[in-house]
Formats: sequence, C-alpha cells, structure tokens
Amino acid sequence: MKKYLKEILFLLISICGAFFISGLIILFSGEHPSEVFSIFIEGIFGSTEGILYTLFFSTPLIFTGLSVAFALKGGLFNIGAEGQLYIGSMAAAFVGFTLVNFPPVVLIPLTILVSIIGGGLWGSIAGFLKAKFGSHEVINTIMLNFIAISLVGYLSSGPFKNPGDQIPQTPLISESARIPEIHTIFPAFPETVPLNISFFIAIFSAIFAYVLLKYTKLGYEIRSVGFNPDASRLSGISLIKINLLTMFISGAFAGMVSINEVLGYRYRFLNNFSPGYGYFGIAVALLGKNHPLGVIASAIFFGAISRGGLLVDIHSDRISRDVIFVIQGIIILFVISRELMSVIAKRKKYTAL
Amino acid sequence: MKKMSFSFSGILYISRIFFVIFFGLLFLLQSCRKKEEDKNKGKIKVGLVFDAAGKDDKSFNTASWVGASRAKEDFNIVLKDVEPGEPSAIEPSIRILAEQGFDLIIGVGFGNKPYIEEVSKEYPELKFAIVDVEVKGDNVASILFEEHQGAFLVGMIAAGVSKTGKIGFVGGMDIPLIHRFYEGYKAGALYINPKVEVYEGYAGVTLDAWNDPTKGKEIALAQYSRGADVVYAAAGATGLGVFDAAEEVKKFVIGNDSNQNYLKPGYVLTSMLKKVDVAVYQIIKDVVQGNFKPGIHKFDLKNKGLDYAIDDYNRNLIPESLILKVEKAKQDIIKGKLKVPDYYEKISRNAEHK
Repeated sequence: MKKYLKEILFLLISICGAFFISGLIILFSGEHPSEVFSIFIEGIFGSTEGILYTLFFSTPLIFTGLSVAFALKGGLFNIGAEGQLYIGSMAAAFVGFTLVNFPPVVLIPLTILVSIIGGGLWGSIAGFLKAKFGSHEVINTIMLNFIAISLVGYLSSGPFKNPGDQIPQTPLISESARIPEIHTIFPAFPETVPLNISFFIAIFSAIFAYVLLKYTKLGYEIRSVGFNPDASRLSGISLIKINLLTMFISGAFAGMVSINEVLGYRYRFLNNFSPGYGYFGIAVALLGKNHPLGVIASAIFFGAISRGGLLVDIHSDRISRDVIFVIQGIIILFVISRELMSVIAKRKKYTAL
Repeated sequence: MKKMSFSFSGILYISRIFFVIFFGLLFLLQSCRKKEEDKNKGKIKVGLVFDAAGKDDKSFNTASWVGASRAKEDFNIVLKDVEPGEPSAIEPSIRILAEQGFDLIIGVGFGNKPYIEEVSKEYPELKFAIVDVEVKGDNVASILFEEHQGAFLVGMIAAGVSKTGKIGFVGGMDIPLIHRFYEGYKAGALYINPKVEVYEGYAGVTLDAWNDPTKGKEIALAQYSRGADVVYAAAGATGLGVFDAAEEVKKFVIGNDSNQNYLKPGYVLTSMLKKVDVAVYQIIKDVVQGNFKPGIHKFDLKNKGLDYAIDDYNRNLIPESLILKVEKAKQDIIKGKLKVPDYYEKISRNAEHK
C-alpha cells in the first residue's frame, strides 16, 4: 500500500512542480499566474459543463492511453495509436454510412466490432513484423502512421467523400449507428456537451484490460514476454503469437477511439479529426504508470488540462492554448525525471554494496 | 531500507512547499479577476475563429482580423480571437466561445462550416457568421464573395504584363472555391490574350494546404521554370511561399485577399482584394446596432467587396493602357455586359446533367 501511496505522491509533486514552472512562464509572458490558474480551475470544476467536457476530452485519451500501456505491458512500444485510430474510425464510418437499413441493435455492435478489428489489424502488422523478422516496432508503427493517415486522407477526399462538401469528410453515418449522448440518459445534464456513452465504454475497456492482464493466462503470457522475451520463449510461450496478440489488442483499443469520435459525436469521418490523440496516449500511459486504471485517472487529468486551456485562451489576452502544451510537456518531463531518480537511486544502492 | 524512508519524508517536505506555493498563488489574485469582469460588463462580445492558416497569413485571415480590430476601435466591444492552428482544434474553440456566451461568433473560412452549423443550432440565442460558405439557420449570416469577378481582373493584368505568354496559378486546397478563382483568372487572361497558357497547381486536398508555404514555393518554382513569368497565389499562408519564389527567380507574383503589394516590393504585380475586413466589420456593426440579418450577405465588384490593389508599390509595374482596359472590364462586369464564368454554376450545371 505504501508503494502506491508513494507513487501517487510523486505524481502529485510532478504535477505541482509543472504548474509552478508554468506559473513562472505565465508570469514572464505578462499575466498573473494566479489569475490564469483560477480561470483554469474554474473552467474545469466551476460548472457542470466544465466537468462533462473534461470527461468528453478524456474519452479518446483513455483509449489511446490504454493502447500504449497495454503494448508496453507486453514489452512493445506502440507509437502507432494515431494510425490505428484513423483506420478504425474509417472502418466504422464506412460501415455506418453503407449499411443504412440495419437496425441499431445490429449496427452499433457491428460498427464497434469493425473499428476494433480495423485498429487491431493495423496494429498487428507491426506485431507480425516484430515477431517474424525482429524489425523494431517503434519504427514500424511510426511508418504505419504515415501510411494510415495518407490512406484515410485519400479515402475521405476521394472515393468516400461526401459529394458537394469542400472539406474532406465522409457522408453522415446512419441514424441507427449513432450511440446516445449522455443527456438523453440523464436529462439533467446540459444538451450542449457532446459527452456520450463511449466514456463508459472506455472505463469498461480499462477494467477489461486490467482483468485480462492480471487474471488470465494470456495476460500472464503477455506480461511474461514483456519482462523477458527470451525466458518466456524457453518456457514454451510462442513469441509470435503473443507479440501479434499484444499489438492486435493494443491497436483495437486505439481503434475504439472511433466510438467516441465517429459513432458518438461527429457521426462521420472527418479527415484529420485527431489532434494527436495517439501521441498524447504515450504521455497518458506514462503518467498512468502503464496501469489500466491509472490510465483512466491520467486521461481525465489530461482532459481537464485541455478543457482549462481552452478557457485560458478565451479569457486572457496574452496566454494562448499553447501554454497548455507547455504544461503537459513539463509534467511529462517531471514524470520521466522521477523514473530517472529511481534509476539513479538503484545504481547508488548497487555501488554501495 | 533506511535510505528509502529518508527519501519518503523528503518528498513529503517538498510536496508541502509546492502545495503552499501553488495554493498561495491561487488565492492571491482571485480579486483581480473580478475587476476584469466588471470592466467588460454589458459590452458586446465578439469571437473570431480563424482557419488553419492563422491570424498572420497576411492574406485571408489577416483581412478578417483587420476588419474586426477596426470594429473594436469604433465600437465598444470585447474582441477575442482564437487561432486553432490545426483543423482539429477549430471545433472546441467555437464551442467554448458559445458556451461562454459570446454574442457574435465569426468563423473565418469554410473549414468552420460543420461546427458553425452544429453549434448555431445548439445556441439559438447567439449570433453566428461565417465567411466563404453558406450555412443555413435563423442566427447565421453567411458572407459570400463573387471571387471569380476579382480574379478575372487580375487575370487580365497577368496576361497583359506577361512577356512569355505563360502565366501560373497556385491554389491552396483543391476545392470548388479555389477552382472558382482559377476559372475567373483564366478567363481574364484569355480575354486579354487568347493565346495565353495558364498553369494550374494546388497545394493539397486537406485543410493543411492553407498553411504550407514550402509546398507553395515548390509549385511556384516549377511554374516559373516552365516559362511562367506571373504567378497568382490564392492559397492563404501557403501563398507566402510563392512570394519567396518570385523574389528568388525575380519574376512577378499576384497576391490575394489582403493587399500584399508591400510584401516583396517590385515583384508583386498587384493583389486581388477580397475585402473580408469590410464584410467582418459590417457584420459586427450590424450586431452592435441591433440590425443583424441572417442569410446570405453577398460581396462583389459592384458593392466594392472585391477589387484589385494599385498603390505606390506597384504603380510602375503595370502600363497605363492596361489599367484602362481593366477598368473598362470592371465597369462592364458591374453593368452585367461582361459575364465571368462561375465555377459554382458550372458544377451545379454538371450535377443537373447527371
């Protein structure tokens, strides 16, 4: 228990330290840090909208954070969540606007399944290359990102383009493929916030990932390969199978971003819709200590930062949204430096021996 | 073990310091915030959301910013501008402005269309305006320009000045709106010199194509090397690359939207003025004076929403006789004697044929 407490304490210090340094940056750019931070905090917690928007912004980050964290548990560094989520979203949108006559009971699970398979298959390409030829998954996933982004860019501005639109986007998906927004379930919530039930699906996915990793044979094998591939192979675990499956599940989580973006919110595939969710996922996983439940917390934290950043942008003259990226960057630096601290501490211990 | 516990208490100590500083900062100037709110009370709040190119593209977005700032000087309003920087950030910006109760939200560029469409329905009590594209709604004003008319005039100038009989066109995003510029430009060039050759190039098919000066420069250099000696840049911030290219090969470039004659003096033949600033100013004025009208607001040569720029930077570059011809064509277009081909009509005609 004390171990967990210490971890959380470290994270809190990282966050406070990051805010402290960003406060200095704000001060240098000529605004009052306290003023900016109070706008920031008020924007997040000051209204129901604020809290709901925070959850809305965090939904895609939970998925991509899970994607990165899951792959890391299996010893693979998945930088390709961005490409995987685009492929998954395009697949979901395609099914959504072609199978118009299906009833919701069939179409919603089907589109979700398709997005999972789309993202998963795209992810498993890198897993396969890793397992079969030993080519490094970092390079492969990055390269696959470019291919995926170009591919969906072509599809959304070419064959699947909504005729008559100046922006590259597909037609709207069928009404029966759309998942309900939160205010249809809880009428008390404001209608203007696009938060939808994909948030709960995200939470469920995180729990699923946790159970899978902790309590199943497959999860044990994945973690085992993550710790020591050679030992795992010698003890009879098929590296090819585990690498493939790890990347498939990782890619599937990334593909599920489409549940929020395509099925719950835009109702279509809009080219370039992601502001880098896949890359933020790395930071989310890092801050969440690669723990599926930690990912939820850190995604909500990053969602809150994005939400607060928007308000700061609107309500202050000299501070723009970019300061938020600075804060995010500093937090990540702090978290990494904590890892570094523990490495140094370990080394000192060994040399002392 | 001893070492561990030491570092643990150390962390506690540091964290206490951080917490004290952090919350101290928060409490310190809470009062300042209130003062600012009082100052802005009762003023009309206007939010301006640029497209991907951003405030400083020296062209389309800059024009809208100039108009809005002029309105800020003349009327007692609060003006906030948001630079999304990338297409995916446009939507949260519009939503946050609406949520914060901005009276008028102006979306600059058609990239804002889906979001203005959506958000204007959710906030019927607020007013919205969008430039370059039509959005239907009782609280949305759509500012549209007859771009082809202005492009026709600069096309005439390009062909009239060109010595090689070859001219170029660099568009931003490959979409009907920019094809409309191109068709007008080409028609104007052919009007002066029926044998003129026009090269056509676009920077891309996504919204990022508005913000890619490197690519703009590449396309322009290719056109110059094929013999073009005037290139028309209708490409937002991408066009800035065309200006660099013109200076590099010492040939002419034509600017767009804002008056860009000052950018590379001596190389800028003229600029097609699409007076987004006038339009934006007008919309803000309407809202301030309480006679905001939803629907289409059309700007063309007749109501001086379009023009071409002649100033000290380029007066010596264009022969007097050519100016006279252009002025005559301008009057003919205004009177309806001269019909400039309109790409929008062309595509709607094609759609009917299908």
